Amino acid sequence: MSRTTLDLWVGFFVAVGLGALLFLALKVGNMASSSSGDTYAIQAKFDNIGGLKVRGAVKSAGVVVGRVADIRFDPEAYLAVVTIKVDSRYKFPRDTFATINTSGLLGEQYIGFEVGGDTEMLKPGDTIKKTQSAVVLEKLISQFMFNKAAENGDKDKK
Amino acid sequence: MDNGVVRVLRVIGRRVNAGIWRLGYASRFFLAMVLHSGTALRRLHLTIREIYFTGVLSLIIILVSGMFVGMVLGLQGYDTLSRYGSTEALGVLVALSLVRELGPVVAALLFASRAGSAITAEIGMMKATEQLSAMEMMAVDPIARVVAPRFWGGVISMPLLAALFSAMGIFGGYLVGVQLIGVDEGSFWSQMQASVDFREDILNGVIKSFVFGIIVSWVAVFEGYDAEPTAEGVSGATTRTVVTSSLAILAADFILTAFMFTGA
Repeated sequence: MSRTTLDLWVGFFVAVGLGALLFLALKVGNMASSSSGDTYAIQAKFDNIGGLKVRGAVKSAGVVVGRVADIRFDPEAYLAVVTIKVDSRYKFPRDTFATINTSGLLGEQYIGFEVGGDTEMLKPGDTIKKTQSAVVLEKLISQFMFNKAAENGDKDKK
Repeated sequence: MDNGVVRVLRVIGRRVNAGIWRLGYASRFFLAMVLHSGTALRRLHLTIREIYFTGVLSLIIILVSGMFVGMVLGLQGYDTLSRYGSTEALGVLVALSLVRELGPVVAALLFASRAGSAITAEIGMMKATEQLSAMEMMAVDPIARVVAPRFWGGVISMPLLAALFSAMGIFGGYLVGVQLIGVDEGSFWSQMQASVDFREDILNGVIKSFVFGIIVSWVAVFEGYDAEPTAEGVSGATTRTVVTSSLAILAADFILTAFMFTGA
């Protein structure tokens, strides 16, 4: 009866298949890095979040310290309310400054924390007071154009 | 004139009728198969034998084609991405397109033509040579003894094969992208890990391949069981298996993708 060699092959096949799945989970996906550890939620209000997305990175000094958990619109203040889940290993002062940055010229947008000097730390559920909105490229360009035009106008007067 | 219209209508009606009839029979068959699968799981060596024939023997074609698909993705992706100066995103492109779509779909198509057709031909030949009737004579239920193990063998093999296809494809993309063209290795892997989500992307891909496994195996065993017991009938059934299951895979893929990847 040749059942044993057959079993061996099937066992080999199943093991290799599960190994491939494990490879996908650990090496290709972010199973190892993202789901580990506890987080706490804080909120930040922005005038304009630009292209920020849920699950976007939250970085401080360039290191990922959390993820964007939720983005809502506050219909009373007309502001975007962003809920951030921060890794509970990291504590930030209450006067932390949250900005929306872009990685590269056209890259993904992320929230950057610039740490202040307050001795009290942000607690779960707190709201970050000082925020800076995303830079809208069109606004920047039009501002630049207007400035240029104004400069030229000044020159013409002289 | 009038007669011609009636004849056309009659042909259409007969076709539709026969299709619905077959669909109903296939559903009843599916139900019977699931109900009788207790034997297939209790007498595990029957199922293991089928995993050997459908899964292990499909390994070579799955691995080699996964490798080539990944290598092509590496070349094409690099060519397109270099226009936007973002060749570091090559890993993301290769991994996402394989894990979400190409892995499950192409592996299922290969599986349908490699293993599905073999299952149909085997069961069809058993029917043609009256082995199935002989089993019934000996009070052995052919659905429990022949059909269910083949079905479960296919269902178990398919997700594993799709995962192997994706893994092999990513390796192929890595070979071409990093080793051959010279994309930075660190950003290839790190950007991939940053954008491929385990639940969103990988698990959904596995669910897809599982569904495709059910579809292919079901179509294959049904066509075999339903085949006309002649040489011609078996060959027709084998062809129908490949055509029907390929179309069903693509249609199901569209539906599943619409469910899985349209949210925010």
